[in-house]
Amino acid sequence: MKLVFERSLPGFVNNYLQDCTIPADFSSVRAQKPSLPEVPESELARHYTTLASQTRGVNGGFYPLGSCTMKYNPAAHEAYAALPGFNVHPLAPPDAVQGCMAVLWDTQRALCEICGMDEFALQPAAGAHGEYAGLLLIRAFHRANGDTVRRNILIPDSAHGTNPASAAMAGFHVVNVPSTSEGLVDLDALRSLANEETAGLMLTNPNTVGLFDRNIEEITRIIHDVGGLCYYDGANLNAVMGIARPGDMGFDVVHVNLHKTFSTPHGGGGPGSGPVGCKAFLRRFLPAGHIIKQSDGSYISETPESSIGRIKLFYGNFLVIVRALAYILTLGSDGLKQASEIAVLNANYLLSKISDLYDVPYPGHCMHEFVISLDRFNKSHNVRALDIAKALIDCGIHPPTMYFPLIVQEALMFEPTETETLATLDEAAEALRSLYRMILEMPEHLQNAPHNTAISRPDETLAARKPHLTFQ
Amino acid sequence: MYVPQTSDDRRAMLDAIGVKDIRSLYDSVPDSIYLNRPLDLPKGRPEYAVSRMMEAYAENNRRYRAILRGAGAYDRYTPAIVRRVAAKEDFVTAYTPYQAEVSQGVLQSIFEYQTMICALTGMDVSNASVYDGATAAAEACAMCRERGKTGVLISESVHPQVREVVATYVESATGERPTLIPTVGGMTDADALSKLLSTETACVLTQQPNFYGLIEDAEKLADLAHSAGSRYIMSVDPTSLGVMKTPREYGADIAVGDGQPLGLGLSFGGPSLGFMTCVSSLTRRLPGRIVGETVDNEGRRCYVLTLQAREQHIRREKAQSNICSNQALCALTASVYLASMGAEGLRRAACLSMTGARTLLRLLTEIPGITRAFPGEFFDEFVTFVPDSGRISDILEKNNILGGLPLTIDDKPAILWCVTETVSEDVLHRTAQLVRKAVEG
Repeated sequence: MKLVFERSLPGFVNNYLQDCTIPADFSSVRAQKPSLPEVPESELARHYTTLASQTRGVNGGFYPLGSCTMKYNPAAHEAYAALPGFNVHPLAPPDAVQGCMAVLWDTQRALCEICGMDEFALQPAAGAHGEYAGLLLIRAFHRANGDTVRRNILIPDSAHGTNPASAAMAGFHVVNVPSTSEGLVDLDALRSLANEETAGLMLTNPNTVGLFDRNIEEITRIIHDVGGLCYYDGANLNAVMGIARPGDMGFDVVHVNLHKTFSTPHGGGGPGSGPVGCKAFLRRFLPAGHIIKQSDGSYISETPESSIGRIKLFYGNFLVIVRALAYILTLGSDGLKQASEIAVLNANYLLSKISDLYDVPYPGHCMHEFVISLDRFNKSHNVRALDIAKALIDCGIHPPTMYFPLIVQEALMFEPTETETLATLDEAAEALRSLYRMILEMPEHLQNAPHNTAISRPDETLAARKPHLTFQ
Repeated sequence: MYVPQTSDDRRAMLDAIGVKDIRSLYDSVPDSIYLNRPLDLPKGRPEYAVSRMMEAYAENNRRYRAILRGAGAYDRYTPAIVRRVAAKEDFVTAYTPYQAEVSQGVLQSIFEYQTMICALTGMDVSNASVYDGATAAAEACAMCRERGKTGVLISESVHPQVREVVATYVESATGERPTLIPTVGGMTDADALSKLLSTETACVLTQQPNFYGLIEDAEKLADLAHSAGSRYIMSVDPTSLGVMKTPREYGADIAVGDGQPLGLGLSFGGPSLGFMTCVSSLTRRLPGRIVGETVDNEGRRCYVLTLQAREQHIRREKAQSNICSNQALCALTASVYLASMGAEGLRRAACLSMTGARTLLRLLTEIPGITRAFPGEFFDEFVTFVPDSGRISDILEKNNILGGLPLTIDDKPAILWCVTETVSEDVLHRTAQLVRKAVEG
């Protein structure tokens, strides 16, 4: 594909704005004009249509990317986000933006009920940003208690990489907690690691191998008993809406990913939104820009008295929050629960259709996602998780998450989501069964997959060794 | 809604799994925490009902016929093609392009974005974007941190919310808050900066044009920072770079900013994007996703996420940043904006804004009691002292104009005005008339 710069006609100008000259009093002028593309709009339209055709979205086919909850993104959400009434200045007077503030307030309250929390703050722009804010709440709480020795955050070895990275950014020391052979938190290890230096625990439940940790109440009790707080990574909330709430499990702080569970689109990697929720005793530490409803029914934004400070400009990714609220209003209490139930049903169904051929490292019913291991085939036929992932592309299926969690060798993590039909799941199962036969009969075909894409496997080593990061 | 299985499907699926009902799939959830009641939310509604509700929220906001307020969010004209491209469902519904073979479109768009942001700023390298201009500034400070060199100096003329975000990030990582460089006449005080700089200063952060719209003597600030062995970070307005000297020309090591003016709309403040660029020697310290060019097995040009050894999913607690999601669709929007406007379109937007701002400044300062707060070269924002900012705001509001942002400068009421290319000459004259009425009573 041509780069947009390669479509340039030097000197061409799209006539969007009238011509104008630089005011005479202005002298801080750049030496050269920026070398931006000079492309007629008609050519630009084709350029981006070409790029779109080489981009796989959820609407392009089954997208069982584990841990990312690639469910269908309702068409109506885009229409709501485009309403002209939402395109308002963030520093307009509060009485001029009551509609936006009502959106934020109603979303805060709904998320509190779904998660069993007392407060929610919507400023974090992504899951990792929510983790950072939540950890700052924990730190502020201990500090306010004069508790300065609590510098450890306990994190299971199965956790997302953002967990330890966020803990380090928030000034904590990371202590890894091992998992048992069943894929759950090792309670004995947890007891031995939890102590008066423990600031808190970060946990995803269901965890990253797709299992609900049945010891969750004991886990949170162990942490609370030593004076620590419990942080719930809501990456996998899609399994348990209306079924089990983090607040009831004993968590004090949570974040949720609106771009996953609440079906605001992923946009090729963002914008997301990662609201952070907490129990009432942490309310006074919430970030600046928190929305409150006053006794007369109007809304204002405030900075709580002992706030951790500001973490983002203005009010977070507002238009992402609009879509999430629409999703909650559309599904309602019954629809949210059904979404989780069917997500779990779909995952278990797909798993049941392939578990006779592929190794499942942890037994039992999965939640909304499951992990298989290709380790055996790597050793026997030199077919790796990567090869199966790439071969699935030729079957019209977006690859699952690869090589995560780290505690499973040659891992592939599938998350079908609730918006897939039985027929799609059957086709996926059939594709995986045919790939199994290929492992045994023609492994070299898999090792070179995909075969039907615009490009074959890229040379990633070259890209990293000789970084070529802009068009010259 | 959005669940496509029939009840027959569900029965067949449960049978295939070998369980009697869905509750059995949740056998690992202890009864003590299994929610035995519906969530306390209304039941689901049809799309039509929700669409009316969403319209009602939107209608509860006031819309203005003209906006004279900037301060970090700018009402700019966006060519229609920008929204159309950004609404393409393949771009909207894709995930982070981990699988290059099915993601060349989004990867190439990020590579093009990186190239255009570098062209705009004059810098060598750009990442794929971070959350906003404030988090970009905070991440830039983290890039400069070294053992024994952790201090951050930030000018008082940087946007207050950017300063607050930087303070949150810096304090959590180092235990110390950034030190404020005072201003004189609305500009960063270079003498004060020289006194504050030490061998422990990691970086100096200023904004150009600054919060008051003024053009800082950034070359001098860069020299001061460098002579103390510190790095110089500039937070810049991308529209201004249609005409203005680049951060590279001023001597910045890192340039960041908020991409909102690049076709992203006001959107009550989000989503926008934070762009981050640097000189090539800092490439491996740049956080976030970066796309690079390479070749496939057959030698064809293609694009991949690269330099991932910096990132949290590889380095975990040793990563410099936890960033995972970026603002990819906003970066696409910004690149379509830049590609369609081109250098000439951006120059026109900048010049129209500057020209309008000069007209408004002249008209306002003809009114008795209104004076310019700070002299000096400016872009499209400026501050005036006013007798009473509340009265001025009110009368403009009543006439469907969002006036400038009320400020207090040296204990006196003031207003930070902004004019963009969307404000007509008529509106500027009308505004001046109304302000005169408010001042003269």
